[in-house]
Amino acid sequence: MATLIECDSLSYRYEQSSVWAVKDVSFTVDEGDYICVVGENGSGKSTLIRMVIGLIKPMGGGIAFKGIGHNEIGYLPQQAPVQSDFPASVMEVVLTGRLNKKGFLPFLGKSDAMAAEANLERLGALGLRRRAYRELSGGQRQRVLLARALCASEKLLVLDEPVTGLDPLAQSEMYRIIRELNEGGLTVLMVSHDVAGAVRAAGRILHMDTEALFFGNTDRYLLSEPGRGFLSGVAPRDIPPGAPHGADADITKDAHPKREGTSDV
Amino acid sequence: MFDMIREMLSFDFIIKALVVGILVSLCAALLGVSLVLKRYSMIGDGLSHVGFGTLAIAVSLGLAPLQVSIPLLLLAAFLLLRISESSRIKGDAAIALISSSSLAAGVVVLAMTVGMNTDVCNYLFGTILAMKNSDVYLSVSLASVILVLFALFYNKIFSVTFDEGFARATGTNAKLYNMLIAFMTALVIVVGMRIMGAMLISSLIIFPALTAMRVLKSFRQVIICSAILSVCCFFAGILISFAFDTPAGASVVLVNLVAFLVFAAIAQAGKLVVVKEVK
Repeated sequence: MATLIECDSLSYRYEQSSVWAVKDVSFTVDEGDYICVVGENGSGKSTLIRMVIGLIKPMGGGIAFKGIGHNEIGYLPQQAPVQSDFPASVMEVVLTGRLNKKGFLPFLGKSDAMAAEANLERLGALGLRRRAYRELSGGQRQRVLLARALCASEKLLVLDEPVTGLDPLAQSEMYRIIRELNEGGLTVLMVSHDVAGAVRAAGRILHMDTEALFFGNTDRYLLSEPGRGFLSGVAPRDIPPGAPHGADADITKDAHPKREGTSDV
Repeated sequence: MFDMIREMLSFDFIIKALVVGILVSLCAALLGVSLVLKRYSMIGDGLSHVGFGTLAIAVSLGLAPLQVSIPLLLLAAFLLLRISESSRIKGDAAIALISSSSLAAGVVVLAMTVGMNTDVCNYLFGTILAMKNSDVYLSVSLASVILVLFALFYNKIFSVTFDEGFARATGTNAKLYNMLIAFMTALVIVVGMRIMGAMLISSLIIFPALTAMRVLKSFRQVIICSAILSVCCFFAGILISFAFDTPAGASVVLVNLVAFLVFAAIAQAGKLVVVKEVK
């Protein structure tokens, strides 16, 4: 399997903060992967993703893009409360996903509109295309933003907390859509609070607590110490029988408290 | 009514003010939608106050006001954008500090040199008599540049306004477009400040966008509606100013206020109808 993105000991520390938000995290994203980044609040998950998509620059380490351009990432941001009065139609929102293909060309054409409609249809949201974005429900908004992400990339989707804040039905819909996209060949890198949902869905898990406590296949994660600790509340029947296969280069660390001595990797 | 318009258009200075004013209203309305939605309205307000300061300095040194104000205001736009991006709450306060300081500096400079006369009042609240021929040429060319830039970067500006994070993740240089918006705003303010006055010019940016947003739901509709509204309100304001001998800038602002109230009422009425239908 071809590697798309290789992250090598990424570190980041926010301004005015003395502790690292992300420290020495290495992982790879391979073609066809379904990786879920899990961890508690403040464990650096979102910071890590923000580095991968280029919103912030890593302070240490590097990111190598292989077979994928920096701007070929379909990004679904964490749901922000939309300004209640923001005027935008669904089509206008989805079409912004096509801008990265345009380079310096200023105008969008008919092919862009067709691509946007095709992606809305793929997500069962074509009926929304003339609606105002601000009048949609949370689940509908997520579909529209996912359609925008699909317009931006046919290779890699980066999803930041895609199911947070959705009702249970919309959550399972979202998981189904993401799984189908992954089965259709898209690589998925997802950040989630919902560990139970993540281990059910993802082929590989990256468990963050500033450092990477675990990176590897989901079935091995379930047996690892960080995995068992984190999933103690999850019933065994929720655990998938056989997770998809990924690379074998697993980094399994002990879940020792991180401030108790810095282990150089 | 038509006789009055014909009579008004027979004055050379009014034609000049109308040409410049309509172009400025158009540019201000287009940029205003983005500025209001990005919560950058304070930048427009801050820039107009800094503009007063630069105007005062230019006048007291006997220099051409536009030529001095333009580079200084571009610099101010750069700084104000950096401040408001760095941290939201402190940014607001910092912009307020900068605005009132430059206003104060302008007033002091004017009082020490040319004295506090009607000119000062004109800088603050605008005058329709301000436009010289050279000013008209410069204003028209700057406004044309802004219109062309806006048309070329319309899609990027929407993308950056709607979701800066996504725009940056997919390779759009959001900082560049933010800067472009701030620079274009600075130019609009410089050009429009003489007619509308330093105190009133920012309303030209904010009002049409807010008014259009009351009833319309897509970005394109709001842009088009706010451009049309802005031009109509400007024309009506000048007409009222001519008919009743009221100050031009203030008349334009009041017409904008009326338009806003009308649109807000329409929006409320629309909501009531929807509620009734649901019941």
